[in-house]
Amino acid sequence: MDIFGRLTIESLPFYSAIAASGAAVTVLGALSVAAVITYFGAWRLVVFQWLSSVDHKKIGIMYIMLALVMLVRGFVDAAMMRSQQAIALNSDGYLPPGHFDQIFSSHGTIMIFFMAMPFLSGLINLIMPQQIGSRDVAFPFMNAVSLWLSTAGAALVLISLVIGKFSTAGWTGYPPYSGLEFTPGVGVDYWIWAVLISGFGSTMTGINFLVTIIKCRAPGMTMFRMPLFTWTVFITSVLIIFAFPALTVACAMLALDRTLGMHFFTNGMGGNMMNYINLFWLWGHPEVYILILPAFGVFSEVVAVFSQKRLFGYISLVLATMAIGLLSFTVWLHHFFTMGSSARVNSFFGTMTTIIAVPTGVKVFDWLLTMYRGRIVFKPPLLFTIGFLVTFVIGGLSGVLLALPPIDYLMHNTTFLIAHFHNMIIPGVLFGYLAGYMFWFPKAFGFKLNEKWGTRAFWCWIVGFYVAFMPLYVLGLLGMPRRMEHYEIAAWQPHLIVAAFGAFIILLGMICLGVQLWVSIRDRKEALDLTGDPWNGRSLEWATSSPAAPYNFAVLPKVECRDAWWDMKQRGVAYQRPEKYEDIVMPKNTFAGAVIGAAGFAFGFAMIWWIWWLALLSLAVIGAAIIVRASNDDDEFVMPASEVKAIEDARFAQLAKAPKNAMEGEPGFAGQPAPEPAA
Amino acid sequence: MTVKNARALRWQSCASTILAAAAAAVLCGGCSVLDGPVLSPSGPISLAQRDLLFKAVAIMMIVIVPVFVMAAIFTRRYRGTNRKARYTPNFDFYWPLEIIVWGVPAAIIVWLSLHLWHYTYQLDPYKEIDPSVKPLQVQAIAQDWKWLFVYPEQNIAVVNELAMPVNTPVSIAITSDTAMNSLVIPALGGQIYAMAGMQTRLNLLADKTGTFWGRNVQYSGRGFADQQFRTLAQPPADFDAWVEKVKQSRKALDATAYDALAKPSQKVPVTYFSGVEPGLFDKIIAKYSHGDSDRAPHHVNAGTTD
Ligand code: HEM
Ligand SMILES: [Cu+2]
Repeated sequence: MDIFGRLTIESLPFYSAIAASGAAVTVLGALSVAAVITYFGAWRLVVFQWLSSVDHKKIGIMYIMLALVMLVRGFVDAAMMRSQQAIALNSDGYLPPGHFDQIFSSHGTIMIFFMAMPFLSGLINLIMPQQIGSRDVAFPFMNAVSLWLSTAGAALVLISLVIGKFSTAGWTGYPPYSGLEFTPGVGVDYWIWAVLISGFGSTMTGINFLVTIIKCRAPGMTMFRMPLFTWTVFITSVLIIFAFPALTVACAMLALDRTLGMHFFTNGMGGNMMNYINLFWLWGHPEVYILILPAFGVFSEVVAVFSQKRLFGYISLVLATMAIGLLSFTVWLHHFFTMGSSARVNSFFGTMTTIIAVPTGVKVFDWLLTMYRGRIVFKPPLLFTIGFLVTFVIGGLSGVLLALPPIDYLMHNTTFLIAHFHNMIIPGVLFGYLAGYMFWFPKAFGFKLNEKWGTRAFWCWIVGFYVAFMPLYVLGLLGMPRRMEHYEIAAWQPHLIVAAFGAFIILLGMICLGVQLWVSIRDRKEALDLTGDPWNGRSLEWATSSPAAPYNFAVLPKVECRDAWWDMKQRGVAYQRPEKYEDIVMPKNTFAGAVIGAAGFAFGFAMIWWIWWLALLSLAVIGAAIIVRASNDDDEFVMPASEVKAIEDARFAQLAKAPKNAMEGEPGFAGQPAPEPAA
Repeated sequence: MTVKNARALRWQSCASTILAAAAAAVLCGGCSVLDGPVLSPSGPISLAQRDLLFKAVAIMMIVIVPVFVMAAIFTRRYRGTNRKARYTPNFDFYWPLEIIVWGVPAAIIVWLSLHLWHYTYQLDPYKEIDPSVKPLQVQAIAQDWKWLFVYPEQNIAVVNELAMPVNTPVSIAITSDTAMNSLVIPALGGQIYAMAGMQTRLNLLADKTGTFWGRNVQYSGRGFADQQFRTLAQPPADFDAWVEKVKQSRKALDATAYDALAKPSQKVPVTYFSGVEPGLFDKIIAKYSHGDSDRAPHHVNAGTTD
């Protein structure tokens, strides 16, 4: 047997200029990151402070960095598809054959698994523990393992551009097409192992967040005093824990089919592809709520803070979140109404789907009513929220249409569906995460992001979104299927050209985001967040310094009601110093997480290329890392009270210099209104 | 102060601007869809599908329009710089409002669900369109990357062309001899998946003559983009003439010819076969299911023609 499995020199992408340049960009990207780190002499810092970190804030930041990198890659894919379809009327376009299929597959896979999931885990890691007044997540080491497994999965997708090819079976990987008979190369294996490995990470993340919320809340933080973002994380974690096993099982069975020649989903030999489709969507539908609920959480925080008003209908919003969580497991069949189920089955799942529109509608109205009689300050996070509110209902409308089986029969597999889910996932999920990124950036780094460029980014994204995706609704009604490399119907082309122009506007939005980051880092001295509370916030994450101390809270806060931090400011008990500080026990940094991630990557690579010795070796490394780490009782250290005091003294010295309220100079600032009985 | 105010004002009409953009987009798109196959249907099934579409959109406007209006008004009126507007920072609950925000969407969904059940039963692709008329039987087989239509009663087969007499129900039994496919003719109705070892069914009727395109819409590899066919809805006399024309073909679809045809090929021109291997459709299904019909789910009846 060959020592490199099926890996040969032909696996390198020299067969096409486009593939080779994609590979070159990927390799150069990795090299330039290394070069930048060397230039700043930062290897020591990167390795000992970040790669080995178990601090939830650093892990959160690394997740978000991963997400932003993958957003760029996913967007490049999207731009390539948009330009291909704009010109491919009666012609093959500019992409070599078989390329378009890899691009839509990698775009979908990257955006869902390696952009949205890490972004979500990152924001939650960064903020949720601080919101509930905790010093860390429940299992800091497991948190690091999750991060590095997600990174391993992302790295597999990236490396597929350099060695071998990626899947052509779409982000859903439907068999029997994704079986060996139709797609014998390594592409689908790349997809399977990237998804499987990162899926393990996501499952552990879900467990971690759920236990954190149940066990680590500050004294007085009852469930119904939790901020709405934390509530949505709670429900999302439950969904992750219940849904991801279905995906893991489906992918593992597909891997068995492909690697060991089994017949779970093949055409003949007793296989049945319908079982895969069923399992996949048993995860897939909850997944879309896993992605969007935390975004709903961000919107809830942002709309209250920038309307300078309490969140309207807190209980309704919590109940609606729970209802959505529950219902999300009862609708998965709407993804395959057209597989031959009876009218009764289709009607049931169609009805359940339309019912989800009720709690979702309630949320939209509660956010609007939060703005009602508020004093709205138009910061970029709020702009994204308003853009979301207006645009999301259009996606909701098309979603309800698709939930009606007779309409789905016509619109399924067309660009109408593509328009629908991008209409949910860009204004809903992505805008939510971007709002969260701009809202909480000061908490992570101690300075604010530039608002001018943030606003520009918003306008490019929202206008670009409409121009890029409204034509797809039209194209769907004109009958255009999804995943079309080229076409013969001339009436489609004008719409595709408009859509490509929309993607160009979104490109400007991407550039604005990059410029915003650059400008903000350059001018950071002018936008320092000295108080830790740059927006006159309401929940506990604003009680810590920016960036927060390693232990977040020197003394755990006592929570007496909702909007805990706001309440402390009202009562004049914010920023109080304790009589004395105490020692704080903290987890030690460890390389075990990064080692498991690296071995996970090697294992995936080995399984893809059938390099069996490497697969065994990397499994052994993972096992060894777990055993070594688990038998190490010396995994914590004590930060002495004196050190805590020194950090806190510095913080209070900074506070003394800062203006009392960071929003003071804002034209729309409402002052710190005195408590008033609820109307 | 003034500069800041002006800047603030610029963004305050944020929601209105978004709305204007959306409206423009809808208008532009609206005109061109009208003659698209979905909105100008040529059969009762797709006509009913379109009616449901319009009704659903109309009823949902009851919640969607208020969202637009509220977003536009609130972001303008309650902008922070407008000190004249009322400000109630602790207003976070009001029973009547809660009842409205839950009640109105719920009422709409009840109405919609009733329609959903009615139309889903009525437009069930498996349902015979007119029980009093014997439908024309067609068997559709998805191949890489083309469609083979077998007319068992006429003993003919055609690649990438589906002819039918107008105003006559057609009942298409569907299977696949390759990866999963999905058959749709947007002007008439559909779609339904084609899966190896199983049979699905699509009942259609054209009430206008014309040529409509149909295709596979489930990605199935290299030749997917070109896997399309034309549908000819003709007056009965023309249809009979068409059958005669096919029967003139010198090619017959015996087992060997079928195996040659089933090999992957792209952009296959329309091809006629006069005479078909007996039981071809069932044999293709049996090839994968080994005659075991239990593995097929409800109404995806494997191994049988009916
Ligand atoms: C940034 C702007 C984006 C553009 C211009 C864009 C464009 C596209 C295009 C052109 C397709 C292929 C449509 C077809 O099959 O005909 C597609 C598919 C898809 N997109 Fe996006 N997209 C964007 C963002 C996103 C985001 C943020 C997500 C998810 C978080 C996403 C998820 C997907 C998925 C899951 C598919 C389906 C892939 C498949 O067919 O397997 N996209 N997108
Ligand atoms: Cu779904």
